[in-house]
Parts: sequence; C-alpha cells; structure tokens
Amino acid sequence: MATNSFTGNTRKVTAHLTQNESLSFEKSSPGKKGYKLGPLDVPAVDASALLGAAVRNTEPTLPELSEIEIIRHFTRLSTWNYAIDLGMYPLGSCTMKYNPRVNEFVSRLEGIAEAHPYQPESLSQGALEVVKLLQDCLLEITGMDAITLQPAAGAHGEFTGILLARAYHESKGNPRKTIIIPDSAHGTNPATAASCGYQVINLKSNSQGGVDVAALAEIVNEDTAAMMLTNPSTIGVFENEIHKIADVLHDKGALLYMDGANMNALVGKTRPGDFGVDVMHLNLHKTFSTPHGGGGPGSGPVACKKTLEPFLPAPVLTRGSDGQLHWNYDRPQSVGRVRMLYGNFGMFVRALAYILANGPDGLRQTTEDAVLNANYIRKKLEDVYELPYATPSMHEVVFSDRRQTKNGVKTGDIAKRLIDYGFHPYTVSFPLIVAGALMIEPTESESREELDLFIDAMRQIAREADENPELITTAPHSTRVSRLDETTAARKPVLRWKGPPAPNGVEIDTAAKEW
Amino acid sequence: MAYPANYKYTREHEWIEVSGKIGTVGITDYAQNSLGDIVFVDAPKVGDKVEKGAVFGSVESVKAVSDLYSPVSGTVTEVNESLKDSPEKINTDAHAAWIIKVELSDPAEVDSLLDAAAYEKFIAEETGK
Amino acid sequence: MRYLPKSDAERAAMLRDIGAASIDELFSVIPNEYRLTRDLNVPRQMGESEIIDHFKAAAQKNANGYTSFLGAGAYRHYRPVIIDSLVQRGEFLTSYTPYQAEITQGTLQAIFEFQTMICELTGKDIANASMYDGSTGAAEAVMMAVRITGRDGVLVARTAHPEYREVMHTYAQHQGHDAREIDYGSDGRIDLAALDAAVTNQTACVLVQSPNFFGIVEDIPAIAEIAHKKGALLIVSIAEAVSLGIVRPPVEADIVSMEAQSFGVALSYGGPYCGVLAAKEKYLRQMPGRLVGETRDTEGRRGFVLTLSTREQHIRREKATSNICTNQALVALMATIFMTVYGKQGIRELALQNLAKAKYAADTLGKQGKLLFASTPRFHEFVLQTDETPDQLNVRLLEKKIIGGLSLKKWYPELGNATLWCATELTTKEQINTAASVLANAPVTAAAR
Repeated sequence: MATNSFTGNTRKVTAHLTQNESLSFEKSSPGKKGYKLGPLDVPAVDASALLGAAVRNTEPTLPELSEIEIIRHFTRLSTWNYAIDLGMYPLGSCTMKYNPRVNEFVSRLEGIAEAHPYQPESLSQGALEVVKLLQDCLLEITGMDAITLQPAAGAHGEFTGILLARAYHESKGNPRKTIIIPDSAHGTNPATAASCGYQVINLKSNSQGGVDVAALAEIVNEDTAAMMLTNPSTIGVFENEIHKIADVLHDKGALLYMDGANMNALVGKTRPGDFGVDVMHLNLHKTFSTPHGGGGPGSGPVACKKTLEPFLPAPVLTRGSDGQLHWNYDRPQSVGRVRMLYGNFGMFVRALAYILANGPDGLRQTTEDAVLNANYIRKKLEDVYELPYATPSMHEVVFSDRRQTKNGVKTGDIAKRLIDYGFHPYTVSFPLIVAGALMIEPTESESREELDLFIDAMRQIAREADENPELITTAPHSTRVSRLDETTAARKPVLRWKGPPAPNGVEIDTAAKEW
Repeated sequence: MAYPANYKYTREHEWIEVSGKIGTVGITDYAQNSLGDIVFVDAPKVGDKVEKGAVFGSVESVKAVSDLYSPVSGTVTEVNESLKDSPEKINTDAHAAWIIKVELSDPAEVDSLLDAAAYEKFIAEETGK
Repeated sequence: MRYLPKSDAERAAMLRDIGAASIDELFSVIPNEYRLTRDLNVPRQMGESEIIDHFKAAAQKNANGYTSFLGAGAYRHYRPVIIDSLVQRGEFLTSYTPYQAEITQGTLQAIFEFQTMICELTGKDIANASMYDGSTGAAEAVMMAVRITGRDGVLVARTAHPEYREVMHTYAQHQGHDAREIDYGSDGRIDLAALDAAVTNQTACVLVQSPNFFGIVEDIPAIAEIAHKKGALLIVSIAEAVSLGIVRPPVEADIVSMEAQSFGVALSYGGPYCGVLAAKEKYLRQMPGRLVGETRDTEGRRGFVLTLSTREQHIRREKATSNICTNQALVALMATIFMTVYGKQGIRELALQNLAKAKYAADTLGKQGKLLFASTPRFHEFVLQTDETPDQLNVRLLEKKIIGGLSLKKWYPELGNATLWCATELTTKEQINTAASVLANAPVTAAAR
C-alpha cells in the first residue's frame, strides 16, 4: 500500500516462522505411544487388590502421541519464541546475558545430575565442594561474611533476607514494625516486606531519581527494621551517598538490605559489603548467567554480615576437622528452612562454571562492557528520546516516551514496534517514578553490531512516531499473532483445554487449521 | 463529560447518589477511563460495614488495581451482582453501573463531599498537572 | 574473554563516541573509598576443557554406580532423552518470561498444556504455571487457604514430609496463623479421631500428604469430611507425582500442592524441582503464581497470554497474593514433555510398574525385618524396622555399593530402628535380592531386643 508516511526498514532478520501448531491434545489419537517401558522382572500386581478404594478409576486425559509427533510439536512451539540465542533483550534489570553451553553440559554429568539429596555425605563430597566453592566466590564478590544458597529465586531470597533482619531485631528484644522502600523499587520488595509482617513505608525518590538522604533521616526511627535498596537503582544510577544512607539506618539500629538484581554493574568494581550493606540477595539467573528458561528456575542466594550469620536458614555447610564437608543442622538461632533440601543445586553448578570461565579479569571486564554498552546506547539515543534524569547511567538507562506521546505514541506501543525490527521489547512502564518509562539494559553480551542494529531500530521508530504514528500504535505487524486480547483473558479466564480427544482417523490434519 | 448534578463525589473518584437513608456508590467516568478495560470488581458482601475514607474493595483492569474508598460510613444493603459477569458495564456507563448500596449511619457525612462542579474542577486541576 | 563480543579497538571507539576518556570515567560515580583496586580472589580464568575437568572430578566424588533405594520426596525415575533434546533448544532455554505474548507463544502454549495435564491428573479445575517446589508450594497453599477462609487455624499431618513441615512453619511464623500437627495412627495414616477433635470453625485448612512420607495412601474422603463439616479447606500435598497414574486423584481436596520432580526432572542434589498448585475454580483469584490463559488476537486467531496478573507482586506490590516472581518454567516444560511422552496409557503403566517393584521389595526385604503399616495401601515406599540401627545397616549395604533406606530416627524416633525404602521402575529384582541378602547377613552382635 503506497503511503507518504515514513515506514522504517528493518536491517535485522525478523521473520517469525509461521508453523501452525495445535495443542498436543488436539493432535492426540487413542493408541499412539511415545514410550516403551522395559518388561517387569518382578511379579505383576493387581492395583485394585493392593490399593482398594484408593485405586484410580478415572483415566486422566493426557495426549497420546508418538515420539516424532512430540519432537515436532515442541520444536515448532520453540520457533515461536524469541530468545537470547536469537538476539538482544534490552530488558532493564533482567540482565539477559549469554547462557553458556558448557554450563548445561557440566550440570548433566552423571554424578551431578543423578546425585540424590539424601545420599550419604561421604558420597556427596563432590556436590558439597561445588556448593562450598560457589559460596566462597560469591562472598568474595559481595564482600559479605556469610551466605545461604537455599532460596529458590530472587523474591525468595528477599523473603529470606528480611527474615534474617527480623530475627536479628528479635534477638535484640524488638522485631520493629516498618521497612522503608523507595518508590522506584521492584514490586517484589513491598510484597516481601508485607509477607514478613512488616508495614511498608514508601520513600519518594529525589529529583535525580535517587534516595533523598535528608528525607530518609526524617523517617528512620526505632521502629524501622530495615531499608530495602536496589543499587544501582532501577534507573541505573549508583547511589553515591550510599554510605550516608547506611549510616542513617545504622544510627537507629536499622539494617540496610540490598536487592542485588543490578549486580551486573558492580562485580569486580565495588562490593556491597564494603559500602555498608548488611544483607543482600543475588540473582544467579541474572548476574551469573543461569538460563531464564521461559521464566525460571532461578536461584536467589542471600549473603550477610557476621552479625546475621547465626540466623541463616539451616543447614549450613561446614568443613569438619576431618576435612570433609558436612551439613550442620545444629543451628539454634536459625530462622528455619525456606525450602526443602539445599537449594537449586543445578543452578549452582551453572553459576560456578560461569565464574570459573571468567576468573577475576573476566568478571571485571564483563562489568565494564555492561556499563560501556548501556552508556553507548544512552549517547546514541539521547537526542531522540527524553532522558528524565541527567545523572550518569551504569549498566542500564531509562528514557521516557514524553517526546512521542504528543502523537499518541506510548512506551508500550514503541516496545511492540521494536518487535517488528527483530528485537524483544525493553522493560515498559517501569520504574514507576518515570512516566512512560523505557528501561534498557543491553548487558555485556551484545556486540557493537547488535547494539548498532538496536539503536538504528529505535531511531527509525522515533521518526515513525513523528511521521507515521499509527504504524506504531497498531504494532506488531510481523508476528504470528497480532496483539492479543488480554482483557477478555482476564474477564473470562480459560486456563485449560477442555474437550474430547481427536477421534482416530476421522479429522483431517488438524494442524492445517486456519488461524 | 457531564457529571450528574444530583451526585456527590470524592477526590478518589467515587460518586454517591443519596436517596433517604440509602446511598448508591460507584466510580466516575474519569476513573474508568484511567483504568482502561475493567476485568474484575472486588466488592464487599451485604451486611458488611463500610467507613468513610476507608477501602471497601477494588477495581481491576488488566494492568492495574485501584482501591475503592467509601464516601460514607454505614452498612452494605445491596451489591451489584451483574458486575461479576459484566464488569465492563462500568466502562460503558460508569455513572449508571453502581457497585454497592449503603445504609448511611451518619447522613451528615455527605455534606463534606464534592458537588459536580467542584469535582469537575478537581479533575481539571489533576489533568492539568 | 570469549563470552564478550568486543575487541579492544571497538571498546576504544565506543568510548570515543560516548566522549569518555576511559572506562574508569564511567565508573567514577562510585566513590573512591569503595572502588576495588585489586583482583577478586576467585579462581583464575579457566579454559572450557578445564571447566569440564573440574566438574568431572566433582562428579566422581559423588556416588557413582551405586544402587539407591532412596526416595523421601526426591525420586529416581527414567528421564526420556527427548526431554533434554527439546529443553536445550535455545528458544526454550534462553527465552525470557512470556510477558510479551506475541513473541513467546511457544512457552505460553506449553504452559497451557502443562496446566491442563495437571488438572487432569489431580482432578482440579485450575492449575498454575508452577511454584518453586513441593515444600514452598505447600506453604503457599496454606496461606491461600488462610486468605480464602479468613481463619487462622492450620492443621498439618505429622506424616507430611518433615522438611515441608519445617518450611510451612517458617512461613507461618510471620503470617499470624497458628499451625498444629496431628499425629498418625498405628496404620501409618493421620489419626482421624485426633483430627476430628482438633478441627474447629477457626480452622482454615487441614493439610495432608498422600502418599504420605511413609509411602502410605491417606483416606482422603474421610479426611475431607472431617475438614469440610467445620468449613475448613482440605489441602492435599503430593510429593510423588507418578502416584497419580494409579492412585485416585484427591477430588475432595480444595487445593492440591504437588511436587512434579518425578516427571522428568533430574535429582540434581535437591534442585531445581517443580512445584505446582491446583485448586477448585472458585479459588482462582487467591491462587498465587503465574497463570496462562487462552485468548484471541485482533484477527481472531487463538493465542495464549499470562493473565490475572493483578494478583501478582509487580502490580499489587504489598497486597499481592505472594511475593513470587519466578516460576519454574524450564522444569515445568520437562514435566510437560514427560507427561506427553508417557501420555494417557503410559502414566498408568509407569505407576503400575512402580507399585509392582515396591511390592516385591517390601515382601522381600520385609522378611529381614518388620514391615510397618503393612496392611495399609501404599504406593512405592515402605518403612522397615530392623534389629540393626540404620547406620549399621547402611554401612554394610554401602560395602555392596547399595544406598539403603533413609533413616527415620531424626524425625520419627518413636519408630526405633526404622528406614524408609523406595523402589521405582528403575529398581531391578537383582538389586532388591542383593539388598535382602545383605540384610539377612546381619552380624549376631547387632541383635538387640
């Protein structure tokens, strides 16, 4: 269709493969099989006789498919996903870096993948050495004194960290009542505080998007248990008054909790333990390269200063006088377990492999490249997108959509149009302190070529916003599905497939269904 | 958008229409427009007590939740059950899609609420910011 | 460094474009006193083959080539090879949470299939896209029941996994609810009379595990009746997902919290595993965790989205149903593929094999000790009482490269010298017979009445 309005040209390969793929249930036929169990070498049993009333009489409707159909089904599904392996994710505070394949390889080594968590410690020294070495490396990186790897993810780590803070205060006779959280914080922070029985006090950010130390000093009192801080903040700025913040809190006996989501700006350059943090969590699936896998699993270790060590979740790894590693359950002041067993060990293996692949120089270079990349993007886009704060960015930069909204184009629309240029969107509308935020974190894994493609795409979209805004507000145009109706999905939720399995041989090729 | 002259309004964007001792409560057109497509209304039950200025429920869109603040104190006498299946009624006609009816415990509370003109002025100031 | 796609020349050029004299300038925001001026004290950078050697050495120091009769909440089942072939595809492995639905339909559709299969297996109307694991899932289920009922009494069976109970206790402490344990009877099941006496109209929920920690299948209908008559919810926690192939689903339960590790997730020394919550439809808005829903796009094509996000932390913040952000997407995908591979017939056949192996093991090993709770229905685990202590017994088994049952002394000292044994489809007759012969040769001096 001929048009005078500017339409950009994508320079990056973008085609989303358009295989149609039904649900596995819709492709299922009775009698198809994808498995073969070996024969029983013990007598067969009569389930009804053994289980009585507890025997299952209803068949669960699971699909019946052959192996090739299963392989094709999931392979086709995978082609509809964007992934780090395909290109950059500019998502702020997600740190979507390369997931090294050697990590996957070593996690699948037999003695590691098949280790049962309750096998004798004498036969688990290999696993325990992995835990120990990772713990030591993370303590060195964070500058803290003690650590637990038990929490399953960042939010879980926050929960654990605040439990430690509470236990500390209780040991001093007063659990205290409130936790201070900046209004720029990730939603898990207030959710965590509330789940530990604390009242949240929101602290308004100052004009640079950072902590207003004077305002903080006014509200910290003997009821304050802790402040939860992200550093660098969610606008990518280092809190350069961090020691003052720590002092203000410590003066009133409160603790400083640091959300470690943005560690990718700090590793090898500075250490939270050195600038006054008492307790913090790490995200192995961000800073330490373990894969996101479509939404998890993660791992959220919690590191703390000596004063909080007695309260760590049990068990704690210790080396005995015999040189062997043991799990020590005798921890009378422990906050208790936050989950069964020891933590997401598979992620420990991957994170340790990442640390070993880097060494001290690699880790430092990684952080430097992460900050370099973010600043390069900032420089190349600051003339077309508004920078709400002039303060220097570290590993991520936040723009706002203010210049584009005059034509009705909002950050969410720009994000959808970015998909047409072959990229995953950046983080939209967060942090909340910036109206119409575009939060961009390239990570160190992006080459200059990829960054230039991203910059080119964003600049073309800015021009489209001026000259052809409707193209953006109706984006994306190149995906297998267009904008999905989230309203109906919320009003009338359909959360599972229902229906009879496809009859055998009657329906013609359900995969040819028109979408 | 004309705000019904016989309604009273709060700064949290609720409206109330008083008839005798019963007040009918909903959210304003400005509120529904800010929220976007409404997907769910979390309302109290008949018999629950509400308090002026306190949260009595919430309204959800896909990406946001908004607390509902009661304009008056009293007891809930009726709840608009049709909003369970059709929350979008609030988007279509916010001033007709009432959420709860309340038996007022202190009718004088209504006097301190905004009238239509004052509410329109209030919104004008808000959006001007 | 090979993960960093830049040359020094490019770095220099980029710095010039930025207008910075050096990379240090970009870090000048960090006050001098905190800047690290030394290398981190971590092991030096390794080549890839060195990394592999490091972990191979670690793997060697773990149990290798041992027969294992361990269960207790982590189960050794066969993992079909195509699970790893598929989940290691970069589009699954390295994809982000599906917030941008148009470019993550692969993940979203797979989760929708997962949710469906969990509902089918558990007999519930809705299931979420997974929790961290069975233990935290149980704790979240309890909090969900407390929210739904507005009550604060919680009753938990002592036959629920001891570490699950520890986790529930940790969560309960700060939620203001009062959690009590109900003991078990001589049949290895929760003591129904004690339960009946304990349930009041202040009880939010009763939580039982079935099959329970001893491997015993609980009488769910009876427990449900006791809970429901006082308006309490029934939560059934399932630690061994494969049991659902042959054991009736807990249809009377209001909430099911399951650990799906058995469905194709490696043991991996304790994690990552795969929890999931399922429940009756009416509790939908109190369900924590991610949910995937079906919808249409602007052209009417079917698609899938994360939905009902207003329950979650990124919108509700301090009023969220839970602070949970991550789910276990990749391990849930493994479970989805596993359930698809076995399918309707296979899941039953698999469960039957487990039942058969464990029956043979219980009968055979039971001759060398006392099989506890012998006449109560169980799945693939059983408790054996012996004259020897568990430690003595296990030392002798280890000599034959057998890891025997788990000692129960720590958690159930009243059972004396008791061990918990598990047999799965991977356990062979020969392994069971060898273990039995070791048990048969107990030294005379170990005999103590």
